[in-house]
Amino acid sequence: MSWTQQVSRARLHVVTGKGGTGKTTVAAALALALATGGRRVLLVEVEGRQGIAQLFDTAPLPYEERRIASAPGGGEVRALHVDAEAALLEYFAMFYNLGIAGRTLRRMGAIEFATTLAPGLRDVLLTGKVKETVGRTDGKGRHAYDAVVLDAPPTGRIVKFLDVTKAMADLAKVGPIKGQSDGVVRLLHSQDTAVHLVTLLEEMPVRETIEAVTELAAAELRPGAVFVNRVRPPRLPARSVTPAAGGRVDASRVRAGLASAGLDLAPADLDGLVEETVEHAVRVLAEQRARERLAEVDLPALELPEVIGGIDTTALYELAEDLVEQGVR
Amino acid sequence: MTLDIDALIDNPDMRVIVCCGSGGVGKTTTAAAVALRAAERGRKTVVLTIDPARRLAQALGLRELGNTPREVEVDGFEPDGQLSAMMLDMRRTFDDMVLAHAGEKRAQEVLANPFYKTISTSFSGTQEYMAMEKLGQLAGEGRWDLIVVDTPPSRSALDFLDAPQRMSTALDGRIIRLLSGPARTGGWGLRKVVGAGVTMFTKAVSTIVGGQLLADASAFVQAFDSMFGGFKARARRTYELLRSEGTAFVVVASPEPDALREASYFVERLAGEQMPLSGLVINRTHPVLAGLSASKATAAADRLDESGEAPLASAVLRLHADRVAVCERERRLLARFTKAHPSVPVVDVPAMPSDVHDLVGLRTIGDRLAGI
Repeated sequence: MSWTQQVSRARLHVVTGKGGTGKTTVAAALALALATGGRRVLLVEVEGRQGIAQLFDTAPLPYEERRIASAPGGGEVRALHVDAEAALLEYFAMFYNLGIAGRTLRRMGAIEFATTLAPGLRDVLLTGKVKETVGRTDGKGRHAYDAVVLDAPPTGRIVKFLDVTKAMADLAKVGPIKGQSDGVVRLLHSQDTAVHLVTLLEEMPVRETIEAVTELAAAELRPGAVFVNRVRPPRLPARSVTPAAGGRVDASRVRAGLASAGLDLAPADLDGLVEETVEHAVRVLAEQRARERLAEVDLPALELPEVIGGIDTTALYELAEDLVEQGVR
Repeated sequence: MTLDIDALIDNPDMRVIVCCGSGGVGKTTTAAAVALRAAERGRKTVVLTIDPARRLAQALGLRELGNTPREVEVDGFEPDGQLSAMMLDMRRTFDDMVLAHAGEKRAQEVLANPFYKTISTSFSGTQEYMAMEKLGQLAGEGRWDLIVVDTPPSRSALDFLDAPQRMSTALDGRIIRLLSGPARTGGWGLRKVVGAGVTMFTKAVSTIVGGQLLADASAFVQAFDSMFGGFKARARRTYELLRSEGTAFVVVASPEPDALREASYFVERLAGEQMPLSGLVINRTHPVLAGLSASKATAAADRLDESGEAPLASAVLRLHADRVAVCERERRLLARFTKAHPSVPVVDVPAMPSDVHDLVGLRTIGDRLAGI
């Protein structure tokens, strides 16, 4: 099962995953894939890591929407780095006349203090800004963006981040931020939002993915698709995997095979090849177990190959193409 | 230059080893392996772990958060020295610190305040601060001659150096007095400087967070005020301990661009703070085990596939070619790091085929760290 009708209806794509699984890469590739064919997509980051700028090899992003890439077929991806302090000041400016005091308060650490006082406030501000970009329309009532992709906090914190209702319990029951957050809650729990999970075929990331799906469902948030990242090709014939993982590699057969290809290796090198084969087989078995466990969560699954040379802009376009081929639109 | 772990742990003047790096690079495992190796080489060692994976905790005989170190007792484990381990309980460490610094009545006031709950559990940086506080305590007890510390899985490897300062800023009371209190000393001066904007800000903040929370916070800060000097003094002592000659920082990274970038930042920051860096550990590398180039291997596999007669040998050749490519990428990334930091000693620890779940696994990692 790949990209489903239901997922393709979403306008806000939240991308989460265990740290180190390549969340930012997948979010960027997804944004490019969604923009393919002439659409406008906004890629948003909220963690202050400037991961998007590094990925696209540009200067750090300001708190401002900037064109960052064009997609095949005339589409474009813009990027926005949402900073909680800037969002709070922007928000205050909308409702209160702070004048130049805003900057001074920032220097004093007052903004950080306000977000310390109520840790949920930071998340409410960030999701509030995201909601504004999803809902924004031009003069004719057309959406400013066809889709918004959010490079979200990791799985460990995702439900807390998206559960604005709970965060608001700590905050004031009335006032402008309450009104705004009600809209955020509606968006995040609607069909317009899909929460995608990035994983590797390894034990810990898969476990976190499964736990996150349960937690999301419990918080009435919609899991979208699972992105299995950095998939490596299995090399061994299927029947050889289990014996090889147990250390049983027929070295004489390997030697004979190499000889018939004209390779005559020293014994130490042959031992090395056998050891590499055993390690490969152990990994393939672990990947098979991971795949079986992932199948338990009944979600659309997409795969992205490992890019051995490292991720650059060219690789991102290739990954986006892979996603388009798997039905992303 | 190669990092010599054994020289580090065999040096009797070395009292603290801090393992730091970004999340998911195997810091905790490295800390545990270093501590185990030190214990087996005769040191009285304690390892302070933060949130270890379940199986690693089991390997150390840790079943629950215990805020005090316990000796690792496993059948057949008889080190020349001694090994104790603990998991950090951040809330209890904070409670203990409050109890130690305030009178009984004040302490109860602080502990019962709703805002204290927020600060001691949700404030980003509390875990980092408490890890450093616990390190200070362990060093003060003098029961061990080597303390190995794991650092919290922060977004940024630098957080634990900044956390005490950030928490000081948040609790220092200046802002909260400005926001909530009747004008006191300092309050008026600041008010004058920033003018009417502050009044608006105060109003805005209380509309957003609610009056009750602001009142709780204010009560908390007032009760906290008397302990504040003590807190600051402790944080300063720990900071000095980190800068002393008996401390060594070991930066841990995986062979990935993000982790190595974090490692670079960290190396620069440590130099800036004049903190003693021992070297970089690169975890989970994939060294090539056979002297055969990727192009030769692939060409031979192509020949075999044409005839289709030796599928196993062909597979072995292709997985070898993959491995050469991975290894080259790892070398390239590492070369970029060493070019920027030529004087930092490095050691790489080849990936283990499966997860570490017992002392035998940790010992193997210790051997690999020592280059054996």
